[in-house]
Amino acid sequence: MAGARTVEEILARGGDFDITMFGDEPYGNYNRIMLSNVLAGVEDESGIFLNDLSWYSDNGITLHAGVRIDRIDRKNKVVYAGDGTATPYDKLVIATGSSAFVPPIKGAHVPGRGYHQGVFVFRTLDDTRAMIRYAKEHERAVVIGGGLLGLEAARGLQNHMPHVTLVHAVGHLMERQLNERAGATLKTAVEQKLGIDVIVNGMTTEITGKHAVTGVKLADGRLIECDVVVVAAGIRPNTQVAAESGLAVERGIVVDDQMRARGEEDIYVVGECAQHRGELYGLVAPLWDQARVLADHLTGANRQAAYHGSQIATKLKVAGVDVASMGLLEPQHEDDELIEYAEPRKGVYKSAVIRDGRLVGAILVGDNRKAAFLMKAFDRGLPLPDDRAGLLFDLGGPAAEESVADMPDDEQVCNCNGVSKKAICGVVQDGCATVSGVMDKTRAGKGCGTCKPLVQRIVEWANGGEAAEDPAASYYVPGVPMPKPELMDAIRLYGLKSVSSVFAKLGGEEDAKSKMGLASLLKMMWGAEYVDERDARFINDRVHANIQRDGTFSVVPQMKGGVTTPADLKRIAEVAERHGVPMVKLTGGQRIDLLGIPKEKLPQVWADLDMPSGYAYAKSFRTVKTCVGSDFCRFGVGDSTALGIAIEERYQGIEGPGKMKLAVTGCPRNCAEAYVKDLGVVAIDGGKWEIYVGGAAGAHVRKGDLLATVDSPEEVVKLTGRFLQYYRENGNWLERTYAWVPRVGIEKIRAVVVDDAEGIAAGLDARMDAAVAAYRDPWKERAEPVTPGQFRTSLPLTVLPQVPVRA
Amino acid sequence: MKTLHMIGSIHDIPLGEGRTYAVDGEMIAVFRLRDGSIRALSAVCPHKGGPLADGQVDLKQVVCPLHLYAWDLATGCSLSGQDAVSVYPVRVDDDQLILEM
Ligand code: SRM
Ligand SMILES: Cc1cc2nc3c(=O)[nH]c(=O)nc-3n(C[C@H](O)[C@H](O)[C@H](O)COP(=O)(O)OP(=O)(O)OC[C@H]3O[C@@H](n4cnc5c(N)ncnc54)[C@H](O)[C@@H]3O)c2cc1C
Ligand code: SF4
Ligand code: FES
Repeated sequence: MAGARTVEEILARGGDFDITMFGDEPYGNYNRIMLSNVLAGVEDESGIFLNDLSWYSDNGITLHAGVRIDRIDRKNKVVYAGDGTATPYDKLVIATGSSAFVPPIKGAHVPGRGYHQGVFVFRTLDDTRAMIRYAKEHERAVVIGGGLLGLEAARGLQNHMPHVTLVHAVGHLMERQLNERAGATLKTAVEQKLGIDVIVNGMTTEITGKHAVTGVKLADGRLIECDVVVVAAGIRPNTQVAAESGLAVERGIVVDDQMRARGEEDIYVVGECAQHRGELYGLVAPLWDQARVLADHLTGANRQAAYHGSQIATKLKVAGVDVASMGLLEPQHEDDELIEYAEPRKGVYKSAVIRDGRLVGAILVGDNRKAAFLMKAFDRGLPLPDDRAGLLFDLGGPAAEESVADMPDDEQVCNCNGVSKKAICGVVQDGCATVSGVMDKTRAGKGCGTCKPLVQRIVEWANGGEAAEDPAASYYVPGVPMPKPELMDAIRLYGLKSVSSVFAKLGGEEDAKSKMGLASLLKMMWGAEYVDERDARFINDRVHANIQRDGTFSVVPQMKGGVTTPADLKRIAEVAERHGVPMVKLTGGQRIDLLGIPKEKLPQVWADLDMPSGYAYAKSFRTVKTCVGSDFCRFGVGDSTALGIAIEERYQGIEGPGKMKLAVTGCPRNCAEAYVKDLGVVAIDGGKWEIYVGGAAGAHVRKGDLLATVDSPEEVVKLTGRFLQYYRENGNWLERTYAWVPRVGIEKIRAVVVDDAEGIAAGLDARMDAAVAAYRDPWKERAEPVTPGQFRTSLPLTVLPQVPVRA
Repeated sequence: MKTLHMIGSIHDIPLGEGRTYAVDGEMIAVFRLRDGSIRALSAVCPHKGGPLADGQVDLKQVVCPLHLYAWDLATGCSLSGQDAVSVYPVRVDDDQLILEM
């Protein structure tokens, strides 16, 4: 694998070599890791080939598959192959990998015939095929070795045989990656989840059976009957040819930081057979690093490229159980901290070892969610959370972080716009090193936004540790070089009431991507005085509906608190029927969506509905979800429905930096999901109401922070308005409350909104009152278009991906 | 061969916005920029068919309303790595929009 990867890396750098490859397996390069899946029957053989034969020919590579190199003539720079051929080279790369190690167990071999019938190792595709063929016709297997490979073999064999026993010589599984408790947890998980018998402290002394295997004998005299034995007791690097050819070989072939064999000018070594700074690696990630360094060096892309060794932090799926391990397995010094959590029955174990405030080791079994975060903390020595529990659990903070270096190049980073790590790195290499620049060029992070922190980290990584300073990151909108408070001061100072005047005075040039944010801000600041230039609005706000993938629009009438009437339902039904609406759907916001309406029909649909807009299209106050509450529910302790309606009635349509979604729920059972709303209200016993803010359950999930507990619905309405106004004035463009509240801090928000510590509460209330008073239902804007052709179609003649019509 | 098409009045397009016209079986998005100049491009976004005339513009670019990729109004080149769109010469004569195509 390392050899072929090196060649790929060389090609990717435009390396100009005539390349000849020898491999003693009769195939091109395949993914050895996937043999576990092939054995388990979840992957097809054909699916594991990494480069098919045409790849070799397309890239002008001569492949000699099934041909072994027997000798290297270093002096004359020629390699001699088993088929008698001699091939000269300028540069030679050795990547012979390892072979399975079979300890001296009596009966493993039959003299002169290789392995005893029924005894297998697990290294190559041929091994795997032979094992599957044999296993299918037999009943019981013993796997010797409880490391990664043995566990994978045992899991795979289960697919073919009813009884599989794993025998491990040491006291717990995977002893090099796991401590005793973690190993014990893994054992429980493997036994209970997979039904594999695990024997630890079991030293195999003999394989019994005359013609075919009949069992395995342990040192303590136990005999385990079986007809298949798989030895997975470790690997040994393939160094024989190198050693015989006079290269420096210790445990592996010794290399320097350029992966050059010690003392050689033109011979390089990568992969499991290489010994670098005393280390041998048996997992693929380090090999990829080696391949990159070697390719940089060989092609001259970077002659100084150097391999410094790889951190042994591994993240694996072992026999279907997540395992991650790095650094120390146990504390070593007296003052090392050990943070540990164990739930053995569930197969979960987590630990972290901290020394002087730095993470020096960690283990995860059964739950890998914090793996990426821990690996990064371990790699970079990042400061650790004060609340140490945050090392092992997600406490509702930002999503766990993945180590960028470990991500495969083609891994999709932005799942909305399909942007890979490679694409991002490419843009950085082409000279764009600011996060926002990369986002603009690739559109990564411009969908749901969840991946933005990851995009940032990739840009930093690709740029050698730091993203270029991007002053624009603090701007409210990219086209006007000012953060929000400064921008608002300037707008007030110059009395700028239209978007074009802001550009003219403060921005220099007009910027399409800044218009929408400015329009929202000016509307918030000036209310009725705002000079509304329609071109500053996004199409949704120009036509008061949400544009869809085929250029049609959706219409969501207001349905306060999710409460409707038979008459309204009838009206909606009639309108839908009359206009042949392609889909009528209940939304996640407790109202009804009419989807697929052409732009030119919007005014007629609104007129026929004669209902207010539900604002399902704007960066504005959206909905208040409610539950049935005390009027109907036997548990309800507050009239959540009435309160929700009152809130929606009052704050409907108010624009803000992001959407505002609310909920009111009649008791802590929380059927309206108030804990995960921008503002959520929960009725509690004693006539009180709790107000939570900054919750979310969309692209991010966050439980809201308790802002206040109050005694009356009136107070809820008032604090809601004050909170929303504070957010409107201080939130960055498109910054939802789930980001804003933690940024500002709930204590500070509580001080301002509840305790009026800064004396601005009356002002916030007054400005919110003004906004409420200025509210006009935009769907009344239908008799006369506000601009020429406001509702004229913009649809292409060939309508591309049409919204399907559902009956 | 290029022909001139009278497609309508300049006043049919609000300042800073775009409207779509069918010209000779093609859909053309015509924009009236805030500095008074006019631009015409193919109306169909090469990305996924979005209606470019519904996009927001400045003096340089139009941003497609669907996935917010941007195109240069003068050259039709994508500013975000997509395919280019065709651009057409367009001018105003006595308030009439005249498109050459
Ligand atoms: C219609 C609806 C789905 C449905 O069929 O139920 C919907 C549809 C859309 N959502 Fe949503 N969301 C809908 C409920 C939700 C909910 C649930 C809720 O409101 O209780 C959430 C999670 C709550 C939240 O917002 O945190 C939700 C989280 C999102 C997000 C992620 C926001 C975030 O930052 O986490 C987006 C993307 C965005 O805002 O940038 C989004 C964006 C969208 C857009 C507007 C995408 C777009 O710009 O075109 C979708 C419009 C589809 C269309 O063609 O009309 N929608 N969306 C729901 C309308 C609710 C309503 O009545 O107003
Ligand atoms: C079943 C299984 C599961 C694994 N799972 C994981 C995992 O989940 N994660 C992980 O990181 N790693 C895993 N590994 C380990 C990983 O596969 C190896 O680290 C990796 O394949 C080593 O690559 P390499 O290029 O050094 O050696 P190899 O992939 O072994 O390639 C060396 C090649 O050279 C050939 N060769 C040897 N000598 C000669 C010669 N003289 N002439 C010509 N050709 C020769 C060999 O036949 C072989 O084809 C797993 C391994 C196995 C067997
Ligand atoms: S409705 Fe929401 S979740 Fe569904 S596809 Fe659209 S944005 Fe995504
Ligand atoms: S369709 Fe225009 S950007 Fe996607």
